[in-house]
Amino acid sequence: MTNSYKISALFVHVHVVKEAGYYFFLANLSIGGVVILNTGGLKKRTAHLVMVVNTIHWFRKGLRLHDNPSLLDSIAGADSLRCVYILDPWFAGSSNVGINRWRFLLQCLEDLDASLRKLNSRLFVIRGQPTDVFPRLFKDWKITRLSYEYDSEPFGKERDAAIKKLASEAGVEVTVRISHTLYDLDKIIELNGGQSPLTYKRFQALISTMDAVETPAETITAEIMGRCATPISDDHDEKFGVLSLEELGFETEGLSSAVWPGGESEALTRLERHLERKAWVANFERPRMNANSLLASPTGLSPYLRFGCLSCRHFYFNSQTSTESVPPLSLYGQLLWREFFYTAATNNPCFDKMEGNPICVQIPWDRNPEALAKWAEGRTGFPWIDAIMTQLRQEGWIHHLARHAIACFLTRGDLWISWEEGMKVFEELLLDADWSVNAGSWMWLSCSSFFQQFFHCYCPVGFGRRTDPNGDYIRRYLPILRGFPAKYIYDPWNAPEGVQKLAKCIIGVHYPKPMVNHAEASRINIERMKQIYQQLTCYRGLVCLCTQLVSCSSSSAGKIHSFICVRQSIIVT
Amino acid sequence: MKRGQKRGEKQEDGPGPGPGPGPGPGPGPGPGPGPGPGAGSSSTSCSSSPQSCKRLRRDDLDEPEQKQQHQHEEQEQKQQHEEQQHKEQQEQETYNPVGGANWVRLPQEILLQIFQYLPLLDRAFASQVCKGWNQVFHMPELWRCFEFELNQPASSYLKATHPDLIKQIIKKHSNHLQYVSFKVDSSTESAEAACDILSQLVNCSLKTLGLISTARPSFMELPKSHFISALTVVFVNSKSLSSLKIDDTPVDDPSLKVLVANNSDTLKLLKMSSCPHVSPAGILCVADQCHGLRELALNYHLLSDELLLALSSERHVHLEHLRIDVVSENPGQQFHTIKKSSWEAMVRHSPKFNLVMYFFLYEDEFGPFFRDEVPVTHLYFGRSVSKEVLGRVGLTCPRLVELVVCANGLRPLDEELIRIAERCQHLSAIGLGECEVSCSAFVEFVKMCGRRLSQLSIMEEVLVPDHKYGLDDIHWEVSKHLGRVWFPDMMPTW
Repeated sequence: MTNSYKISALFVHVHVVKEAGYYFFLANLSIGGVVILNTGGLKKRTAHLVMVVNTIHWFRKGLRLHDNPSLLDSIAGADSLRCVYILDPWFAGSSNVGINRWRFLLQCLEDLDASLRKLNSRLFVIRGQPTDVFPRLFKDWKITRLSYEYDSEPFGKERDAAIKKLASEAGVEVTVRISHTLYDLDKIIELNGGQSPLTYKRFQALISTMDAVETPAETITAEIMGRCATPISDDHDEKFGVLSLEELGFETEGLSSAVWPGGESEALTRLERHLERKAWVANFERPRMNANSLLASPTGLSPYLRFGCLSCRHFYFNSQTSTESVPPLSLYGQLLWREFFYTAATNNPCFDKMEGNPICVQIPWDRNPEALAKWAEGRTGFPWIDAIMTQLRQEGWIHHLARHAIACFLTRGDLWISWEEGMKVFEELLLDADWSVNAGSWMWLSCSSFFQQFFHCYCPVGFGRRTDPNGDYIRRYLPILRGFPAKYIYDPWNAPEGVQKLAKCIIGVHYPKPMVNHAEASRINIERMKQIYQQLTCYRGLVCLCTQLVSCSSSSAGKIHSFICVRQSIIVT
Repeated sequence: MKRGQKRGEKQEDGPGPGPGPGPGPGPGPGPGPGPGPGAGSSSTSCSSSPQSCKRLRRDDLDEPEQKQQHQHEEQEQKQQHEEQQHKEQQEQETYNPVGGANWVRLPQEILLQIFQYLPLLDRAFASQVCKGWNQVFHMPELWRCFEFELNQPASSYLKATHPDLIKQIIKKHSNHLQYVSFKVDSSTESAEAACDILSQLVNCSLKTLGLISTARPSFMELPKSHFISALTVVFVNSKSLSSLKIDDTPVDDPSLKVLVANNSDTLKLLKMSSCPHVSPAGILCVADQCHGLRELALNYHLLSDELLLALSSERHVHLEHLRIDVVSENPGQQFHTIKKSSWEAMVRHSPKFNLVMYFFLYEDEFGPFFRDEVPVTHLYFGRSVSKEVLGRVGLTCPRLVELVVCANGLRPLDEELIRIAERCQHLSAIGLGECEVSCSAFVEFVKMCGRRLSQLSIMEEVLVPDHKYGLDDIHWEVSKHLGRVWFPDMMPTW
């Protein structure tokens, strides 16, 4: 395997550490900066080789001290450690990310800083861009070692490659470890013959042949820090303190407290609560939704996994019941979905786009900014959709089936608007939106990839009614509709005038009329989807029962014929 | 590099060979790089850069047509092509230094075959190689089928067919067009543009015409008279229309009369779902006079006993497909019924015909449906449907082949499914959306249908585990009865 690498990429790094009167030889054989062999512990009295190791650990995701293998590696044998987080306040203010997500991130950083203080260290929040910041830090702090968690996403890989180059130019050794995913995604792809698996079943099959998940790394403690110290200046808070929302340019007056407080400590508390709840196992086996599961749960974990406040491996190993060596699939299914989308996206820089994305079906979506705004702002006139959008905007989290409902409504179900637009709104508002998982889920739900069934659209009235027949969820997020009886709360436009008056809410005045006729829209859209899928020759469902017309037997007409003829088969798999 | 550039440009104005890359891992269903002009270029005299090729191509397209290419002249032309090609071959051979493979020697039929696999823009580039190839470029066989993509940047993400290309086709190749479709986005401008092209198709004889709204139906927003006059140009001039797809358009009774008057002998397929200006009398006129009609798609309000009787008259060929969309215009609408005897007449006349019915009704609107036996083969319920109606389906649809139920009420569909398995002996495909089913009823259903179920789709989240089967067992049980590996559909959780 090493043959494929140029010799220049292969180097042996040797450094010696003095500890407890002995000298340890730590030899790291690394390829392209990734440590593949660690022969620590060679005892040798070679005092003259001692050199100072100053290290930076760069936090991006993985905002935690538990199961953080690259940080652990970085500390081993280091004389000094500085944990940095790089943030460009100007960029932050102008980005698409909403206030809830920024608040979550800042809370994560504050929590990290607090935890590091307990180890006599601090978090350094550096203002700027990584490529500008690092050369300066390397020089100012006489850095010899840089560590960070492996980022599988194409943008992250590109950024990290640039930083690695800067590091090698500055003579800084780079340590990278995988800890955001359960598996090494490249190994999954290799196992699948070089391609990312495109169905979840295939993915599960591959996973079952993989080596066991690596156990989590030891939590960083005072003992592990050992004699590794963090030089802290008096003006640390001023120079490197965690920013406030105001400093990022957000208006915070009247901001209600966070439903999802960020941070590793909160994540670990939640996990504990999560595991304590006896009912949890049963809950996970049935990913179904009821009125209660629609609300933010104090044991919900997805935003914490997204920012890496909670290690997926820590979660995985804690889900194990005492009798089994591997947790039951239903318990960690959520983790596998994440893994699936990370794998699908890692080598596809166009994963978040339709154009140029080899796995995305090209669908002639409508461009319609007005309709999109109505959806995004919860003004569709469908209480079920609007309540979900309101919850998303206010709290930053919605149940995954609620995500299915609004995603289907925006795309293939009703509005026929591109999934990319919906993805962008999630990117702004959804705490757990991750580039790969977000884009992948949107493609999935809009039937743009991954071989989905498209015959069924979630009904924006019936789906909600079945989930929460009483309509309490609607009343909570759309107080204007509070006065409607359960019978009409999902379709208030059908309520007689008297009922509307009694509810003090006239539809079309106080609350909008439905923006589409769902029956009509779903009729049209199901036809569109059929047309598109019938033209995909590589789609395995094309063997559906289409009769050839004599008039169309000419091969040149085959293509046109394919969407003109009456295809009776409704299910195309 | 050169190829890459071409591909890029292809998207600019060429109607590609397919709808773009599919969900497979490969680069999409387009034909691979055929033996284009780049390969073995030592023997070809022209190897211009893509830029100059493009310029040349434009020049060529703009060149006024020297000879009218009428259908009866085609044969003659072909001979001319061959002669000319022969001359050229001789010329070329004199200064072919290698003397090996000579591209010009390729018979025109082979070239034609190759050209048929090339996207339009590649064909245009290839036509710059030599006169022979250029002649092939203009051969009528390559212009039989065309898809006009009419999109506006403000309303669509997709590229449109280049206006210059449209002009050239109308000018040079409209008489060759036989299979034409228009893919139109949600803007009125695009629908308007489609009508403009239609009204210029005066000297062509179309066999297939499809007007396809790729997003919101935009033809409906046009002034009716404008649309009708454009459409009737084709009806009057073609005289040999065989397949016509005009769903979601303002077509009306008088224009259907024009269609029938000019194309009654050839019409085989007519798709006109959701055409609100057509009346039952209008469609009856089509059925009465177009005896070759085999496929028909329309809305339920156009369906009548008279129509079914006309379609099953002795003079009429066997019908193959009848698709009916049942859509309610306003909640609580009352629907008319179709006599059992009319359906029986249809089945007697066309024993193998498919009756495809799409229902988009509220639960309380199903009153008149499934009271008597109906020869439906494919049944789609787009909205929530009650247990009671599904129970009736089991009793009245003995010909059922495919069933899709998108949603049902609050109680699981158990005995209804069992009854359908029992009574519908031909059922081979079923899809269940938001329909709760208990695991044991589902397994029982699959067991009864057995291996004839070639399609079976249900979402995992609606399967209700019971004392007999859990979610883990069901995959095994169902796979066992189907004789193949089966899984319920999954939705991502994150």
